[in-house]
Parts: sequence; C-alpha cells; structure tokens
Amino acid sequence: MSRIALRSIAIGYLAALLVVPVGMVFYRAFEKGFATAWDAVTTPPAQHAFYLTCMIALVAVPANALFGVTTAWVLARHDFRGRRVLDVLIDLPFAVSPVIVGLALVLVWGRDGWFGMTGVIFSAPGMILATIFISLPFVVREVLPVLEEEGTDQEEAASTLGARGWQTFWRITLPTIRWGLTYGVVLSTARAIGEFGAVAVVSGKISGRTETLTLFVEDRFQSLDLTGAYAAGVVLALLGVSVLTLMTLLQRRHQRSR
Amino acid sequence: MAIEARNITKRFGDYVALDDVTISVPDGSLTALLGPSGSGKSTLLRVIAGLEAPDAGDVRIGREDVTAKPARSRGVGFVFQHYAAFKHMTVADNVAFGLAVRKRPKAERKAKVSELLELVGLSHLGERYPPQLSGGQRQRMALARALAVEPQVLLLDEPFGALDARVREELRRWLRRLHDDVHVTTIFVTHDQEEAMEISEQIVVVNEGRIEQSASPGEIYDKPASRFVMSFVGPVTKVAGTLVRPHDIQILTEAHEATQEAVVTRLWWLGFEVRVELLPAEGEALYAQLSRTEADALALSEGQIVHVRVDPTRGPQREPATP
Amino acid sequence: MTVAARPPRARRAGNLQIGGPLAAGGFSVAWLTLIVLIPLAAVVARSFDDGLGSFFDDVTAPQAVAAMKLTLVASLIVAAIDAVMGTLIAWVLVRDEFPGKSVVNALIDLPFALPTIVAGLVLLALYGPKGPIGINIAYTRVAVIMALLFITLPFVVRAVQPVLMALERDVEEAAQSLGARPWTIFRRIILPALRPAILAGVGLSFGRAVGEFGSIVLISGNLPYKTEVASVLVYGQIESDNTTGAAAVSVVLLAISFLVLLGISYVARRGIRR
Repeated sequence: MSRIALRSIAIGYLAALLVVPVGMVFYRAFEKGFATAWDAVTTPPAQHAFYLTCMIALVAVPANALFGVTTAWVLARHDFRGRRVLDVLIDLPFAVSPVIVGLALVLVWGRDGWFGMTGVIFSAPGMILATIFISLPFVVREVLPVLEEEGTDQEEAASTLGARGWQTFWRITLPTIRWGLTYGVVLSTARAIGEFGAVAVVSGKISGRTETLTLFVEDRFQSLDLTGAYAAGVVLALLGVSVLTLMTLLQRRHQRSR
Repeated sequence: MAIEARNITKRFGDYVALDDVTISVPDGSLTALLGPSGSGKSTLLRVIAGLEAPDAGDVRIGREDVTAKPARSRGVGFVFQHYAAFKHMTVADNVAFGLAVRKRPKAERKAKVSELLELVGLSHLGERYPPQLSGGQRQRMALARALAVEPQVLLLDEPFGALDARVREELRRWLRRLHDDVHVTTIFVTHDQEEAMEISEQIVVVNEGRIEQSASPGEIYDKPASRFVMSFVGPVTKVAGTLVRPHDIQILTEAHEATQEAVVTRLWWLGFEVRVELLPAEGEALYAQLSRTEADALALSEGQIVHVRVDPTRGPQREPATP
Repeated sequence: MTVAARPPRARRAGNLQIGGPLAAGGFSVAWLTLIVLIPLAAVVARSFDDGLGSFFDDVTAPQAVAAMKLTLVASLIVAAIDAVMGTLIAWVLVRDEFPGKSVVNALIDLPFALPTIVAGLVLLALYGPKGPIGINIAYTRVAVIMALLFITLPFVVRAVQPVLMALERDVEEAAQSLGARPWTIFRRIILPALRPAILAGVGLSFGRAVGEFGSIVLISGNLPYKTEVASVLVYGQIESDNTTGAAAVSVVLLAISFLVLLGISYVARRGIRR
C-alpha cells in the first residue's frame, strides 16, 4: 500500500467522519445569520442551562480532584491487600453506560430509593452526583503515574530535614504532581460539561430548572428548533475545542519546562 | 554523636534484609558500610535514619534511644544516591528547606544558605534550578541542604553512585576534606571498595544481611575475617584452593623450598605494576603482582619456566580459617 | 556461594503520617462506595426485586433481546472497523510526514472533547434528512454504526501510537534486507508487536460502544426492534417507571462491560510483561 494511498484513506476517513460534520454544525448554526444564532443561545432557558452546567462542574470537579489526589497517594505509596481491587474499581465509571448511572442514582437517592430523599433527584444535587460519578477516574489516572514515577526520595529527604506530614505534602508532593493534577482537572471538566445520559435520567429535564447545556441541545432538537439546537451545539463544540487546545498548550509548556 | 545499632533485624515479606546486625560508630568518625548489591547496607543506613522501622533491635544516637522516633526528629542529615533534589525549588530554597520548615526567620535562612553554598562551592548557583546543575553539583547541593539544619549525624546512601568516575573521585576526596572541617559523625554506604578504603576511618563489611567485619581499612585488607572480605576488598588469586594476595606470590628463577614449577602464560605491563599469569604444573592458573623493578630483575617473558611459592615472609595468615 | 536475591520493591510509606494513611484510604474507599458502589448495587438489587423469574422474563423479552442484539452486533462491527482504521490512522500519524499533521493529530481527540449529544447532532447535520449531500441515514442502523464510529475513534489510535513510535526499526530493516515485501513485514513483524495495544484499544471501543447513549439518541430515531439500542431501551423503561425491567437489562449490560474491562486489563498486563 503506497504511502499516499494510506494517507488519503486516513485523511478521507477523518474528514468524512469528523471534520466535515463538525463544520456542517457551524454552518447550520449560523445559516440564518449570527444574530439568530445568538438569540437562540441567550434565551433565559439557554442562559440558565449554561449557568447550571458551569455550577455543576464547579462542584463536581474539585470534589473529584480531592478524591483523585488522595486516592492516588494511597495507591502509590502503600501496599495493602485489596490494592489491586481498588485500582480496578476506580475505572468502573468508564465501563458503565450513562443511562445506568442515572438509573442507579434514582434507585438510591430518589423518593422511593434506598436513602429515600427528596430534593436530590430532579434537582441539581442529583445532577452533581451523576457528574461526579462519570468523571471520577480522571484525576486519579493522571496523578497516580506521576506519583509512582517520581518515587519517594524527595518526600523522604523532606522528612529527614524535619518536615511533618502536611508540610511534606504541601511543599513537596503537591508541586510535584501539579501537571498531572492540571491535566486531570481539565479532562474531568470537559467530561463533566459534556455529560448527557446520566443527567438526562436524573434531572427530569425541566426546562429552565434542571437542564444543562447538553439537555438544552436535545430539548431544542425535539422542539424542532434546529437553529437553536445547532447554535447550542456550537457553544458546546467551542468549549470542547477550547479544552483540546488548552490541553495541547499545557502539554507543550510542560515539555518545555522539563 | 556516636551511633549504635544493636541486634537490628529487618524483613521485607519473606526476604530477610538484615539479620541480627550490630554496629558501633565512634563520635566524629567517617565510617563506610561496604558490601555488594543487595547486602543490606542501604537498609541498615535507612534504619539508622528512621526511614525504615526495624522488626527488632534498637538504634542509639549519642545516649538517646531513637528507635521509636521518626526520621524528622532524629537530627540526621541524609543524602540520597539520586540527589532527591526538590526540582521545583531553586538551589537556595533547597538548601533553606530544613530551616523554612522550622520557621526560621528569613534573615537567618539567607545567611545560613550563603554560608553553606560557599562551603560546598556553589555560591554562584543559588538561583538556578536542580535540573540545570550537573550531577556532582546536585550532590553538593544535597550535602549543603543536609548540613543546613546542623545534624548530629550525616548519612549518605551511595552518594557518588550516579556520577562519572572522575567526578566520583573528586567528590570523595572533597567529602573527606569536608569531614575534616566539619567533624560530623558520618556514615556512607558504598559498593566500591576503593572508595571505602581511600577515605574512611572504619569500614563495616556487610554481606547478605550480616556484618562480616568491622575494622580500619588496613586491618580489613591485611587481616580479613573471612573469605568474603578477603575477596571483596583487594585483589585475590587462588593457590591450591587457598585465597592469596597476588603480591604475596613469589616468583623465583630456581627451585627453592616449597616452590613448584609454572609457565608464564601472560604478562601485563601496567605502568609501575606488572601482572603475571602463571600456569603451575598442577592446578589452575594463578596471578602474581610484582613491581616493575622485580619483574625486570627476573627478566620475565611469556613461555618462561619459573618457580613459584607463597612468600613465606609476608604476613602470618593468608586466608582466614572460617569461610 | 549463594547470590543475594533482589529485595522486593518495598512501597515506602516512611514516616509521612498525614493523619495516617488509614484516614486517607478510608476517605477514598468511603467516597468510592457512596458515589459508585452503592448505586450500582442498587441496580443489581432492583433487577431481582420481583424475583429470578421476573428477571429472566425482563431480559428475554423480545424488545430487550432485539435491543441487546443490535447493541452487541453494532459494537462488534464498530470495534472491528476501529481496529483496522485506528491502526491505519496511527500508522499514518507516526510514519508519515505532511503539512498539517499536528493538526490532524490533535483532531483525533475531538470525539473525547465533544459531548455525545453534539456528536449525534454533528452527524445529523451532514448525513441527516436536511443534509447537503443527499445522504440520509437517519433512523437506520447505519446511523447507529456511524455514531459509534465517531465516539470510539480515538481509542485504538491513541493505544497504538505510542507502541508504534517505540518500535525499533532495525528488525524491520533486517527483514527488508532479507527480501521481505512491505506487507509481509507489516503482517509478520509489526502487527504482532502492536497486537496487545490494538486489543486494548478495541476493548475500550467495545466497552464504550455497548453503553453509548447520547450520540445515538438523536440520529437513530430509537425505533424498537430496528434502531433501538440497549441503553435507549433502558431509558425508555425508566421513563415508563419500569425500573425493575430497566435494572434487569442494565445488569446484563454491566456484566458485559465488566468482562470487557477485566479482559483489557489482563491483555494490558500480558503485553507489558513481554
């Protein structure tokens, strides 16, 4: 197979599957003019959806960052029975369909669920829990390899120099993992913003109350407001592309600082 | 501060790293823990430092039993083989770390850092970051950092193992001079017997989790306590199943009492020293070591038939009784 | 004389003592249990709420069987296509040079960065009823396949790329000098080396495809027995308050996903040990 042929197939595939469709969405969104598109994404429900998406991410991501760093530290620095199990369990959210996540949360936190509470399902807290579930592994998976590769030397040195546990963590461990932590937070945020299935189940999709941006897109589509759907889709696509760009820039800065 | 570690046993799972080990290090001395890879010497050092907890035994620094104390409370300075530099801090901040952690005032930290950077010859590099330094510079920084908190004891774990041969030699002599100036009780771990012999006052030979011998370099060399020590420190050759120092082999042109015939199979002229490979009439090849002058006097050449024996005048014991 | 064995890599906790590793470990386990394990247990429990017989009925209902069959077949097809196209794309990205290659490389991650619902929208814009090129795959099984191809694109590519980059060329060059043709070299030398990575990527693709929801929901029309996948079926059952039925199908899906997950980690560990 000649080089050109392979290259053409690869690029052709990517163009047909990825690039052109994404381009179409931009086209469709602005087909009726920029003003129409802008109006579609600045209606009160749209604004609320944007706000809700951000708010959920602002809670879910730091929570998972805390979990991620703690768990990575526990896994990297200690040997205990069941370590392997914990390691595998952390990847569970990757293997569970979002709809099942939603179902699971309803069964636990719903009015007729195991914990029998109101105000969780069909409301922001439930959506936050769903988002935490699906974005759980990212920070751990980025920080753990860094901790394992770096080894304990620096931490032991700090210990011999008189640092107590917390001091070692703040002054030595945390700065060492800062790149891994950054990557994990960025990936986690992108995933949180993009979640659909789980929040679809858990939120009740109440427009203007419990719709995130992704749910808003579906809502506009089902309401045959295609421009609105595409315009909101563009917003999400831009967010996604920004995340990609951010990651690439961060990676380049990281490489340069080594 | 003198150091004493008594009856130390340490296991990792089923593996016994240290088996009832006792050592004693005099105050202000420079002691080497010498042994092959996996002998347990690093483990012993880390137990003394408080970085590992022993399964049995106790550690005393000065008069105090520190066995239950964590590393940060023992007043030990530790230097790692791979420097353990805080890569995200400047050299100056690295050196100041121990003081910063003790919340010393800024002026005091600055002064101390200056003093130490000058001591180790890194004054001009204070604002650089460790990745910008050479290996030797990083290790000197590590030493300055350890000394900043005025430790009672300095522990170095194969400090020069990651460095080039030339830098290794320079730094080991520098360490000796530093020790002469600063006089802190120092223990360093090494597998390089030349390094141990050159700079230490006491060598503790460790093998398979046990102490083989603890003595001055001269005594280790002349009066090895076991076959292992003899073959680990200094050159050896085998004569009739016995370990002998090559320079204790006497080569004569004629037969004498206790000599046997041998053929000179190879000669190496190594500057002042000449190494001779000999094949005796009975037994395996052995090596002798002569000075140039002696070799010239014998007019040695390959293929020559000579008469060899262990020099009867040299040293009372050639091989220890115990294996 | 015996040689001293290498001591096992002791994981040194040293004297770090941040309220003890016990507290930290406890927090991790507690968080994981509360957020992930308890909810999943609730699904399993609910699925058997009406008894084993009911579970069996739920899982073998014709609509459920159709949905699961579609899901599995589509995921397998997608995994196979991903294996081929993913390897090809990785090959081009590693071994070829052309202007704009770094942009193409960055594009591979687009499906990760795009929300799934937008992915569906994106495909609909070009290949749907109002698409400019006259192709309309909406409400067909092709739509399902296409959506899955979109969202699983990066897995095999990103799994194979690093392995391909690390491959030493001298083995290939030796084969070349012995007269082997490029395809033979690829088949007998390169492919075996890539196999664990491809398998790992395929496993991830399959696992993701089996549970996919957002990208399919708009473009497939969710027609029962035709284009309804398992996740959509579950969603429908939740909406109709049949949580037991939903849980039953979910349990089957979970079982498949876990098996795949375990399979991947097994393959990954074997690949590393080589």
